[in-house]
Amino acid sequence: MAESKKEMLLDPLVDNNPITLQVLGICSALAVTSSLQVAMVMALAVTSVTALSNFFISCIRNQIPSSIRIIVQMVIIASLVILVDQILKAYLYEISKTLSVFVGLIITNCIVMGRAEAFAMKNPPIPSFIDGIGNGLGYSLILLLVGVIRELFGTGSLFGVQILQTVNNGGWYVPNGLLLLPPSAFFVIGLLIWAFRTWKPAQVEARDFKIMEAEGGH
Amino acid sequence: MGLRNQFDKYAPLFEKGGKYEKYYPIYEMVDTLVYTPKTVTSAAPHARDHADLKRVMTYVVLATIPAILFGLYNTGYQTNSAIAAMGLDVVPGWRAWILSTLGIGFNPDSIFANVVHGLLYFLPIYITTLAVGGVIEVTFATVRGHEVNEGFFVSSMLYTLILPASTPLWQVGLGIAFGVIIGKEVFGGTGKNFLNPALVGRAFLYFAYPASMSGDTVWTPVDGFSGATALGVAAAEGLQGLAAQGITWTSSFLGTIQGSIGETSVVAIAIGGVFLVAARIANYRLILGCLIGMIGLSTLFNIVGSDTNPMFAMPWYWHLVTGGFMFGLVFMVTEPVTAAMTNKGRWIYGALIGVMCILIRVVNPAFPEGMMLAILFGNIFAPLIDYYVVKANISRRMKRHA
Repeated sequence: MAESKKEMLLDPLVDNNPITLQVLGICSALAVTSSLQVAMVMALAVTSVTALSNFFISCIRNQIPSSIRIIVQMVIIASLVILVDQILKAYLYEISKTLSVFVGLIITNCIVMGRAEAFAMKNPPIPSFIDGIGNGLGYSLILLLVGVIRELFGTGSLFGVQILQTVNNGGWYVPNGLLLLPPSAFFVIGLLIWAFRTWKPAQVEARDFKIMEAEGGH
Repeated sequence: MGLRNQFDKYAPLFEKGGKYEKYYPIYEMVDTLVYTPKTVTSAAPHARDHADLKRVMTYVVLATIPAILFGLYNTGYQTNSAIAAMGLDVVPGWRAWILSTLGIGFNPDSIFANVVHGLLYFLPIYITTLAVGGVIEVTFATVRGHEVNEGFFVSSMLYTLILPASTPLWQVGLGIAFGVIIGKEVFGGTGKNFLNPALVGRAFLYFAYPASMSGDTVWTPVDGFSGATALGVAAAEGLQGLAAQGITWTSSFLGTIQGSIGETSVVAIAIGGVFLVAARIANYRLILGCLIGMIGLSTLFNIVGSDTNPMFAMPWYWHLVTGGFMFGLVFMVTEPVTAAMTNKGRWIYGALIGVMCILIRVVNPAFPEGMMLAILFGNIFAPLIDYYVVKANISRRMKRHA
């Protein structure tokens, strides 16, 4: 591996972010970001599943027959997700009710599968584990950013603590109802991608077509 | 011409290599607003027409003038009537101060007093829209090296006319910012937007701040006054309810009812519509298609009938005069960029919007008005409709020549 461990950890945060650059794992980012607390639990769950599944898949990567590798990966990922789900139900019951089906859907999260297939199958366990943490953190970063924007401007609070006093409680802030609806995450993530690509022009994709020059003379 | 010489004198400063090269779009905007551009297209394909983009946009703004004038009158009329009905002696606010100081007063029978009062609501909204949207427009044009064009004048005028008069100004600014950036600039600017920016801005406000965009208290900007729109009344109590509220078909047709600033008068909007069709800017197929869709589905609902939903019984000529149907039909369905481009596609596109509008109005209990969402829905389908019309044509020709 040419990359250092530090690069493997930090690269997916901005330069190779799973959400903003690879546009993976969007569905859960839309569904669970209306409050920051839920977004954080989801981010933790995905990070731990990605890291651990990467680690275990990498451990047995030389024993997995190539023809059934997807099934084997799924078994490992699904077991970990069930584990996470049970832990959430035992210790964070209220939040697990809010997350409902989305914890189970981590199994189908493209980031988890993508890293298992693209990285863990070709690399030793420790780098795979770090890669999983890094990609999980990249996912978490976007989830938390979106969660902060949506909860702060949608309800005026963060982690349920009122920060901007709303009009209904005698304050000045008028909550933006659109941000509490799932489609708003599309706009927020889209704007984040725009901001990231303005900051790092290397992430801008090449145009599919070229506009013909149509300027005329005088 | 003195002015032309002035422009030519400063031109080198802004052209390539000049001191203010970066600000060329702003120079170009002012120049071509006054004079016809002298550059011509030399590369194919050519379209020869005396009316360039700027003239088309200017015509649309001209077409909105009857709706604006009537909107001013009606906003003032509704406000003054509410003040008279509530028997307010002291009217709060800076508008009231201006009106009292100038001795214009609040007489709902005086056309002049109504228009001036309406203007005091219209102008702040319009100026906010122009300022916020204009800054965004010029910024994008300057950064991208595009030309600024009059498309924004149209969007800002339409946007102002479809807002309730009581909309807070910060919401006005936020809405137009969203509409211009998300509805237009992210897709590449004027001509590349597949959604109507004015409607995107309004839809944003509708979902973000429902309390100030819908309900009974927003249409007349007097604190404590509650009055539902004709559609709101009809959805709750049916046509009998309309009569009980004193809303007749004639008053809806003329436009002396509650509603967004410029959407109430069918007459005023129709004058603009005739002008647009005569100037060949609005395509008649879009208008007819939309009318056919609306009349067809509402008649179907009339025949089917319903015991629980009074909207089923609403005949098409009521749908025509209430809410934003007429305004959307004339100024938004016909918008050439977001509508279907093929002639057959235009009929389908229009009908789709007419049908969707009635569906939302009648069947969906959450939204009394459906024109805004129906047009946005139609906008999304326009490219698909065109694609299949073109495909159908290709396969028909293939068969003919096979």
